[in-house]
Amino acid sequence: MMTLKVTKKPSHDHVERKALDSNGDKTVAGVSHVMLSLWALLVLIPLAWTLMSSFKKTSEIFASPFSLPADWQFQNYVEAWQTAGIGKYFFNTVIVVGFALVIVMVLGAMCAYVLARYVFPGSRAIYILMLAGLTFPVFLAIVPLFFILKNIGLLNTLPGLIIVYVAFALPFTVFFLFSFFKALPSEIAEAAQIDGAGEWRTFFQVMLPMAKPGLASVAIFNFLGLWNQYLIPVAINTNRDNYVLSQGIAAYAGQMGYAVNFGALFAAAIIVVVPVLIMYILFQRQLQGSVSAGTMK
Amino acid sequence: MTQVTNEVQSGGGVVATARRRRKKLTFDKISFMAVFLGLPLAIYLVFVISPFVQAVYYSMTSWGGYDNNMPFVGLANYVKLFQDDIFMLSVRNSVVLAVFLPVITVILSLILATLVTIGGSSRGQIKGMKGAGFYRVISFFPYVIPAVVIGIIWQQIFNPDNGLLNGILTGIGLNGFENYPWLGDARTAMIASMFVIVWGFVGFYMILFIAAIKGIPAETFEAARIDGAGRFRTAISITIPLIRDNIQTAYVYMGILALDAFVYMSVLNSTGGPENSTLVMSQKLFSTAFTKNQFGLACAMGVVLAAITLIFSALVFLVNRLTGGSKDVSE
Repeated sequence: MMTLKVTKKPSHDHVERKALDSNGDKTVAGVSHVMLSLWALLVLIPLAWTLMSSFKKTSEIFASPFSLPADWQFQNYVEAWQTAGIGKYFFNTVIVVGFALVIVMVLGAMCAYVLARYVFPGSRAIYILMLAGLTFPVFLAIVPLFFILKNIGLLNTLPGLIIVYVAFALPFTVFFLFSFFKALPSEIAEAAQIDGAGEWRTFFQVMLPMAKPGLASVAIFNFLGLWNQYLIPVAINTNRDNYVLSQGIAAYAGQMGYAVNFGALFAAAIIVVVPVLIMYILFQRQLQGSVSAGTMK
Repeated sequence: MTQVTNEVQSGGGVVATARRRRKKLTFDKISFMAVFLGLPLAIYLVFVISPFVQAVYYSMTSWGGYDNNMPFVGLANYVKLFQDDIFMLSVRNSVVLAVFLPVITVILSLILATLVTIGGSSRGQIKGMKGAGFYRVISFFPYVIPAVVIGIIWQQIFNPDNGLLNGILTGIGLNGFENYPWLGDARTAMIASMFVIVWGFVGFYMILFIAAIKGIPAETFEAARIDGAGRFRTAISITIPLIRDNIQTAYVYMGILALDAFVYMSVLNSTGGPENSTLVMSQKLFSTAFTKNQFGLACAMGVVLAAITLIFSALVFLVNRLTGGSKDVSE
């Protein structure tokens, strides 16, 4: 991360010979700005509208979709949080995603490390097996998965959801970290072993800290993927008390008749979006960096 | 070149050390391998690979409930599926998505990425537009928003009575659109749904292509410019051929996503839309399994979906190979 910042900086503020823009340039720049601005508006307006509507009374939303709220209905948020159960679902989601993320990062890093740095019969087959998990649609697995969880008594429980999240996030994690561990110089691991560190210590105290940038990128992608996951919970976690946010808000939207509070629905949407948006803004640079790292392969 | 030799060396190093280590299998080493490889692999095999394999077997049974009675019926489920008009309609809808979504998304994001990267001045150094960073950050927004929420927001925008879209349209004087049900009319439901999915993903692929274009050496663009190529010509003859592999990857990902589309479609129109015009395979599979409890039949649908996914990926790779991909890519 540090090196990334350092190398990037000069390109921002380097001194450049002033070149006059031709008329053609101005036209192209103008057209480009118009098109990109249109796109930016297309992205922002729906979000702004949602934010605005979340503070309105339902009658106001119906009367005029554009106007600012006459008086700000903060109780929409209270209603979404309490009556619609979003608060509880939020708590469930934090638990499930938190545990699943930590476990998949640890297991994924271990698995990728062994696959990338040791030669043993079958390692190639395991790698291909991981790739298969990335290619096949989850839908193929969903019915048997339901019964596997039922048989071991984890259906409709948060631990069941956590372990399935871990299993399905594993191939992506291993695949991404594999190339990362492969690129780490092997001399350092050898040096650690000569100094008397066992396999366990070499991994946790030497190799894992070195892989931090890679781990961070994968963790962000996994966080987004798991936080946004919808199919797996609606299939194997149908107990209302254990709902996660995505299925909770979908259920809330689904039971919306015309008499219900639309303002609260928009408020619920905002509550779901805010954590991921904060994560995005905090890690925006890293996220875009890892998208590019993914393409360099 | 240097990288390649490095890799070979380090690879050789690993082989050598592994061979040396194999002589003494210590407790440390054995416990390490067992935990590091065994634990993740066990979870993966139990919860990912075994369901895939089981699904193929279940697809050949007429398993219809919670008892363990699974009469083997061979390919009868598949025959049944191909005679089921509604399922075939859902296949058609899924294929429509897989054909149009990747094309539209990739082209749109390519255009936007090109504008951001080489839309700047044609004198001096090759550079992007002013404010490129701003556009990048905004464009990526939809990708981080949960798909469910995207679906709900757009469902409300398309809402015939209080939606934003009809509000705008009637606001500019198109009164014909008052109360027009975008998602409730078979003529527009599918197009509106596709628009939502494109909205959700263009930004992500735009960032991906920007990164790829930035990976092209600036000298290449400079050479093209000296040879007199304009911006359009540069984009067609230089940029696209050089990021061809990225386009292929994007195309395959987007196609796989389009063949799923479960979240978007089920949130926008939970029942499959007017006259089943937005019913996709994944929705049909889900309701067959968890509403009707026809597990064998649902697994057969899963196999068909997996087969179509694989055929789609293979087709993209084949077309790219046949039209001369990877040949002109100097990676």
